[in-house]
Amino acid sequence: MSSLAQKKGFGAFIWDYLTTVDHKKIAILYLISGGFFFLVGGLEAMMIRIQLMKAGNDFLSAGLYNEIITMHGTTMIFLAAMPLLLAFMNAVMPLQIGARDVAFPFLNSLGFWLFFFGGIFLNLSWFMGGAPDAGWTNYASLALASEGHGIDFYSLGLTISGFGTLIAGINFLVTIINMRAPGMTYMRMPLFTWTTFVASALILLAFPPLTIGLFFMVFDRLFDANFFVVEMGGNTIIWEHLFWIFGHPEVYILILPAFGIFSEIFAIFSRKRLFGYTALVFATILIGFYGFMVWAHHMFTVGLGPTANAVFALATMIIAVPTGIKIFNWLLTIWGGSISFTVPMIYAVAFIPSFVAGGVTGVMQAMAPLDYQLHDSYFIVAHFHYVIVGGVVLGILAGTHLYWPKMFGTMLSEKLGMITFWFFFIGFHLTFFIQHFLGLMGMPRRVYTFGADQGWDLFNMISSVGALFMAIGVLVLLVNVVLTQVKNVRVGNDPWGDGRTLEWAIPSPPPFYNFAQTPLVRGLDTYWIEKMEGNKEGMVYAEPLGDVHMPNGSIIPLIMSFGMFVAAFGALYFLDDTKPWALAVLIIGLGITFGSMLVRSLKDDLGFHITKEELIEDAKRGGNTDGLK
Amino acid sequence: MDLNKRYTAQSWPDHPETATLEGKNKFVGFWLLLAAETVTFASLFATYLALKDRGPDASEFTAAGLFELPLVFAMTMILLTSSLTSVYAMHHMKNHNFKAMQAWLGITVLLGLTFLGLEIYEFNHYVHLGFGFTTSAFSSAFFTLVGTHGAHVLFGLSWFIALMVRNSKRGLNMYNAPKFYLAALYWHFIDVVWVFIFTVVYLMGVIG
Repeated sequence: MSSLAQKKGFGAFIWDYLTTVDHKKIAILYLISGGFFFLVGGLEAMMIRIQLMKAGNDFLSAGLYNEIITMHGTTMIFLAAMPLLLAFMNAVMPLQIGARDVAFPFLNSLGFWLFFFGGIFLNLSWFMGGAPDAGWTNYASLALASEGHGIDFYSLGLTISGFGTLIAGINFLVTIINMRAPGMTYMRMPLFTWTTFVASALILLAFPPLTIGLFFMVFDRLFDANFFVVEMGGNTIIWEHLFWIFGHPEVYILILPAFGIFSEIFAIFSRKRLFGYTALVFATILIGFYGFMVWAHHMFTVGLGPTANAVFALATMIIAVPTGIKIFNWLLTIWGGSISFTVPMIYAVAFIPSFVAGGVTGVMQAMAPLDYQLHDSYFIVAHFHYVIVGGVVLGILAGTHLYWPKMFGTMLSEKLGMITFWFFFIGFHLTFFIQHFLGLMGMPRRVYTFGADQGWDLFNMISSVGALFMAIGVLVLLVNVVLTQVKNVRVGNDPWGDGRTLEWAIPSPPPFYNFAQTPLVRGLDTYWIEKMEGNKEGMVYAEPLGDVHMPNGSIIPLIMSFGMFVAAFGALYFLDDTKPWALAVLIIGLGITFGSMLVRSLKDDLGFHITKEELIEDAKRGGNTDGLK
Repeated sequence: MDLNKRYTAQSWPDHPETATLEGKNKFVGFWLLLAAETVTFASLFATYLALKDRGPDASEFTAAGLFELPLVFAMTMILLTSSLTSVYAMHHMKNHNFKAMQAWLGITVLLGLTFLGLEIYEFNHYVHLGFGFTTSAFSSAFFTLVGTHGAHVLFGLSWFIALMVRNSKRGLNMYNAPKFYLAALYWHFIDVVWVFIFTVVYLMGVIG
């Protein structure tokens, strides 16, 4: 099979993306679908802010408001932030460690399609009888009482996409453990690879409790089980524990990769080696470790008792220490550097004060007695938006600008990027800073309206105006993307000029086999070392040019995920008397999934080889064949 | 990888399951998957312990009154033995003795099927006593924990059978050796989980 033969045409292009196992294309799929869900979640946020713009507003009904806040949170966490970070992990991590692909390319594709179908399933609830309305935390006491099928869309959709995330986590872990290029020791790995590693370990251990909790929810609501049904001996607190044993590590799953992106940015645009690389690595590991010991700080008011509250309060405060170490390392990386304020850098610089503000309010809430005052108020809303938007979303936006040239071979406009930044940054602080005070003034979270006599009008108005600013920023980013792709000005290997790690040593976008020859890594920031020593090729090689083994594409991941999607409808209508076909649909769906799993297991799939001659041929053409087969 | 390459017991590597990069990846990846499975079962065990003996006011079902040890002890012995026979199978896999491996895997599958049959009998017995999935919080937690384990047994058996049938004609090679190895690893994991179920659910239920 000739691997480099090009097939043209739109159908072939679509088919290529449906069957691709190339980590760089899967990254693009994650980026597009994550971006789409980010816009959906953003739209929901705008509707919330319009509703709360003035006292007694009737833009949304109370029920619809509940559905919108639930879907805003769920969409943003599970369907926007995580996939967008997975996009960068896929696009960049294998390149950073000098690998030709991830350890399990087939599973990589399966992970994406499971996430995709889970997200579609969840959002179909809007058109099929109403969305979930028990908040993104879906507490059992609320969720069991919810009418219609909204909650079931939530539990089944998140189960499916959760499997996808778990698969992605295992894949990245094995990739980093087994597929590092010669010389790439653990303590030479770029920080983004390190944070991917730790975040993947968190995914591995945090997602199973969520899946089990969701299964209980499905069993209780759709198959008449009694896990959370108090009068049958059930206990709703079990849901809270399972959810937060997942939920707290989840916020570190989100923030650590963002920390990784910022670490890369600080080093590149200060033209300096990261200050305290070792401390940054160990701080990352510590945060991952402590992340599992603090879940009950979300449950201080449940009544677990003073001992439990004290232990979890202390553990929570301790997490601030490794995070503080990171902040100081970044500041000292900038210190004395030769700084260029590009768009990624300006996001990174803005991130530090924003995230520190969120961290400080986090430590305030770690004090259990104070948390009794702050619990369920807008202070909490302000806090978690400061860490998620001020940390994760700024990281994603910075990463989009930083890695766009590596992913697409074009450079986003710096000018429009600055406009996006200022609108988004000002809008962000305008929206959420004032919500701290709304919380202290007593405004509870998740209320659909408030009275004119409560004195919250002005602050809510200001907050809504801020949201509008953020929306304008995102729209400018979209314009930027379209203009950049239309102009299509191609860039070279190292478009920022100061790249330090391996991904900048190869063409943008890289050829589908990444490295014609596996590189030899001679130290931290290996590309920088080669540049400083005047090596024009940007790397030294660990092997002579030879045949390269690559995996075959496959449509099976899509079919397998589709089977789960079908089965979920069967489970959804299992108890409906009017839908006797539900059981059949459930069986057919699971049949599709397990059937395609069997096919995958029985059919030999050995991949193919690119010959040495083809590699030489490709290098002459510029070395960035995108690998259409 | 060349599937047509013929191995002898001499040319066969000591650790065929990790002799290729694919094998190494599968080996590490599978251990990580088992870590995730461990957390999964830990969640189920924790829930079971929280909901043990809990039911509606009128419920008369408790672990002490419901479970009987003789049958469960037999099931435990059968499953433990099947773990041993799968070890024999892997011993022969490493010595490149395909026929002996298939034979021991066959015995493993028969033992596994016996276990599964007894478990179905046990569940059926409980349901006839009026202790069904929807009876109480205790019943939901019990059937979910033990049933999830049973589903794993079923999956493991299907995996063994699929591998044995698929490779019956062509014997061992570097492509399928890791697959056999991982299926056996999975089987051991299922066995370990059962040891915990036997202890926590049945022994502690009846005696504790």
